[in-house]
Amino acid sequence: MINVDRYKCGYCGTCVSVCPEAAIDLLETFININDSMCKACNICVKICPIGALEVPIDEE
Amino acid sequence: MKNRYDVVVVGAGPGGSITAKVAAKGGLDVLLVEKRQEIGSPVRCAEGVSKKGLKKFLPQIKKEWISSEANGARIYSPDGTKVEMAEEMAGSEVGYVLERKIFDRDLAIMSADEGADVYAKTTVTDLVIKDGFVKGVKGRHLGKSFEVECNLVIGADGTESKIGRMAGIDTTLKPVDIESGAEYLMTGIDVDDFCDFYLGNDVAPGGYAWIFPKGDKRANVGLAVLGKHLLKKTVKRPIDYLNKFVKEHYKDGKVASVILGGVPVSRPVKTIGNGIMLVGDAARFTDPITGGGILKAMESGTMAGETAVDAIEAEDFSENTLKKYENKWRPTIGRKNERNYLIKEFFITLSDDELNGLARSVNEVKITEMSVTGLVATLIEKNPETLKNLSKMLFKYL
Repeated sequence: MINVDRYKCGYCGTCVSVCPEAAIDLLETFININDSMCKACNICVKICPIGALEVPIDEE
Repeated sequence: MKNRYDVVVVGAGPGGSITAKVAAKGGLDVLLVEKRQEIGSPVRCAEGVSKKGLKKFLPQIKKEWISSEANGARIYSPDGTKVEMAEEMAGSEVGYVLERKIFDRDLAIMSADEGADVYAKTTVTDLVIKDGFVKGVKGRHLGKSFEVECNLVIGADGTESKIGRMAGIDTTLKPVDIESGAEYLMTGIDVDDFCDFYLGNDVAPGGYAWIFPKGDKRANVGLAVLGKHLLKKTVKRPIDYLNKFVKEHYKDGKVASVILGGVPVSRPVKTIGNGIMLVGDAARFTDPITGGGILKAMESGTMAGETAVDAIEAEDFSENTLKKYENKWRPTIGRKNERNYLIKEFFITLSDDELNGLARSVNEVKITEMSVTGLVATLIEKNPETLKNLSKMLFKYL
């Protein structure tokens, strides 16, 4: 599971475009990650320009 | 909103709005939807566009669209070697620095003036697919669900490009094919009428930093880092590179806006299917070298709009009929994109020393055609040995 820091996220959609599972949606002003589709590849975490996506520490 | 249209265009950026305008002008019943509550906002762009290019699509340029005019460009290599270009010779991304919030909204209004129905705060959540054909969209408008029937859906939904995926077209960008960008609209800084570009692995690995003047001591100051590099532990976030850059260059400037976004630097994807076409960033038409996407969005939008008119007249919405669209963009947008993709693939392998060497080889030269083509041709001319492989790859394009 990937956490989104909604206070950091600029809802730009960069994470959406790289997700191989199409598990991320950019809704109007927030992103939504579908946990049942996410395979935890973490590409979205690394691509984010501002670091708004995080893998919870106990899962890293 | 009606429950049936000829064409539904998803996304009201320049690509979607031009598609809707051309289709509506051709007599079609068009719905243009935008998920954001304000068309043109938030901006995800450095806002630079070539004057000549823009006038091709919009002969009447409104002064409200233009923040400032850029009369030249300077490229700085990692050690500060400067390559300067004057306006009449500058690349296609130098010219106007737009005010996208106003520009995008006006383009959507132009499509409405041609008869398209325009709805903001309207998200498409799914496609209606029947017998292998896209036949409509499902979505939410102001939080309320709706379903609309149509013969054609145009995915103009930008970098996210979800509409293509819903129709079974894989639009996923690999980390080597996306730049992750951060930008500040800065105020209180010294800028002139030139656009500046800074290269280097300490500045923006696999990308570049830019300063696009917005007039009145303001500028878009931003940079983008290649996704491939962001996968490495040693590489920081684009926002961290930006803060470092700003500290070094504009430490007294104030930040009036924070702008984030991903820029495809990919080859185009498949852009058609039964009842569907993709345009602009959603089709990955962005220039892989400059990152510019506005003009290619408008050019592909025009082509998709024209193809939609033909398809409705022929009452045939099959992928085979929509090949007309691919036949239009492949020799134009596609050819240039492929050439610049090859150039990008080469340039992202260069070290800082190699970039410095190339910059030194041309910093005293008067380059007569200062477009990407002109710059690369001059570089090859001055560095025949170093650039032998690039020159071979580009043989048929230069």
